[in-house]
Amino acid sequence: MSAYHDLVIIGGGPAGLAAAISAREAGLTDILILERDTALGGILNQCIHNGFGLHTFKEELTGPEYADRYIRKVVELGIPYKLSTIVADISKDREILYVNPEEGAVPIRAGAVILAMGCRERPRGALGLPGYRPAGIYTAGTAQRLMNIEGKKVGKEVVILGSGDIGLIMARRMTLEGAHVQVVAELLPFSGGLKRNIVQCLDDYGIPLKLSHTVTCIHGKERVTGVTISEVGPDRRPVPGTETEYACDTLLLSCGLLPENELSKNASVPLSPVTGGPEVDDRLQTAVPGIFACGNVLHVHDLVDFVSGEAELAGRNAVEYLRGNGGSGTEIPVLAQNGVRYTVPQRVHAGVTEGTVTVRFRVGDVYKNKCLCVYAGDRNIRRIRKRILVPGEMGEVILKCEDYANLSAGQTVRVTLED
Amino acid sequence: METRELICIQCPMGCPLTVTIDGDDIRVTGNTCPRGAVYGKKEVTDPTRTVTSTVCVQGGEIPRVSVKTSADIPKGRIREVMAAIRALRVNAPVRIGQVLLPDVAGTGVDIIATKTVGEKNV
Repeated sequence: MSAYHDLVIIGGGPAGLAAAISAREAGLTDILILERDTALGGILNQCIHNGFGLHTFKEELTGPEYADRYIRKVVELGIPYKLSTIVADISKDREILYVNPEEGAVPIRAGAVILAMGCRERPRGALGLPGYRPAGIYTAGTAQRLMNIEGKKVGKEVVILGSGDIGLIMARRMTLEGAHVQVVAELLPFSGGLKRNIVQCLDDYGIPLKLSHTVTCIHGKERVTGVTISEVGPDRRPVPGTETEYACDTLLLSCGLLPENELSKNASVPLSPVTGGPEVDDRLQTAVPGIFACGNVLHVHDLVDFVSGEAELAGRNAVEYLRGNGGSGTEIPVLAQNGVRYTVPQRVHAGVTEGTVTVRFRVGDVYKNKCLCVYAGDRNIRRIRKRILVPGEMGEVILKCEDYANLSAGQTVRVTLED
Repeated sequence: METRELICIQCPMGCPLTVTIDGDDIRVTGNTCPRGAVYGKKEVTDPTRTVTSTVCVQGGEIPRVSVKTSADIPKGRIREVMAAIRALRVNAPVRIGQVLLPDVAGTGVDIIATKTVGEKNV
């Protein structure tokens, strides 16, 4: 008979750590964290820049410092974890198969599972970039790990495709380490990165950001020798005659993050085609009972502070589930409409009259002077004027459960934009 | 009289600011809220930044330890501070919060470790 644990958490990054701590603080003893890297902390370990923790700790921390606070707490609380341990499979009945060098392949069973595997970067293969396949092409996060953890030099003459936050952060990082970052090209007419990063990582160092531009050819057979960048039209196709060549030895890609849900699929967890993460209810439970999700595996966040908050909720709710308080009430779908691209959660429970639910969302374009409106059935329950909404910054709206408590099956909650 | 164009970073609006400097008289236009005026003034009179980087660790379980300036430094001194960080070598173990270089480049600010790096197991 395989070993049993009340709660198994897949991933020891910011989401997994916060979920474990909140589950323990809610009184649960038997918790196990499985982490594939050689240390806890996840991606924060390589995010050496500051700006983390403003919401959670009211101070600006670097990534490793933010992780350290949670890791210390996990150790203090004596929560067990396994490092260098890859989860190979999860079933919908919460049977988990993990593998590590000491134990080999080990099947275990869990009363509840929290998915906290984070996300991956969109790789070159998924971008369809024409040209050769030489060395010197890295995703921004890979370059970040090579420089910040392994202490390797990545390149000297650099072009960056995509203006995601990691690409912007790496533009500054490589400049400070003596590389020459020539340009950041962004396919879209706006940047998906935070304004603060555009100013402090590009403008501070005179690095140009070319919006509506993309790489149309990669040159070099052994090592990158250059790239061609072209302007794109409103249809996002290259405009002939706008090609500019840049001689460079390195191309960094910062073209989006994808929640990493191979294991979720094994467990038959339905995923949202918009977020790429599991569809969850207001308890952050997936459609498979006893399997919860939080952090970047659920939907990609901009700020780790919100990951921690979300994970704490998943941890508490997993404990409630284990105690048989899985909750009741009619499931009501939450619809994202009219410029709102998605919401998390995608379902709430009617019939509860106490408490609040935080609904997080993203918009699909830049909107100025709009109202974010929430309807329970036909009734408007929230109307918040927004001076600006941008795709790069996740929004949130807090709903009172009593406001939609009397909805019945077939009705919906809608999150939408109005003038 | 000097004019500087900035983008406010206080919120996602990213207002384009125009700051005119006429001796002690500094005016900010283009902002839609008071925070923009404060930001614009600080950016032209006393711009500061926290610098983060990594330092080579000898005998550590990983080869680099992440570091930061213990407080903001003047923006104009980033290059000097980076040169001092690059020249620095430390021996494992390093504790998080440990001062690795006091008063970096005469700024009055210390370089401190932001991560704990243990000794390499032999």
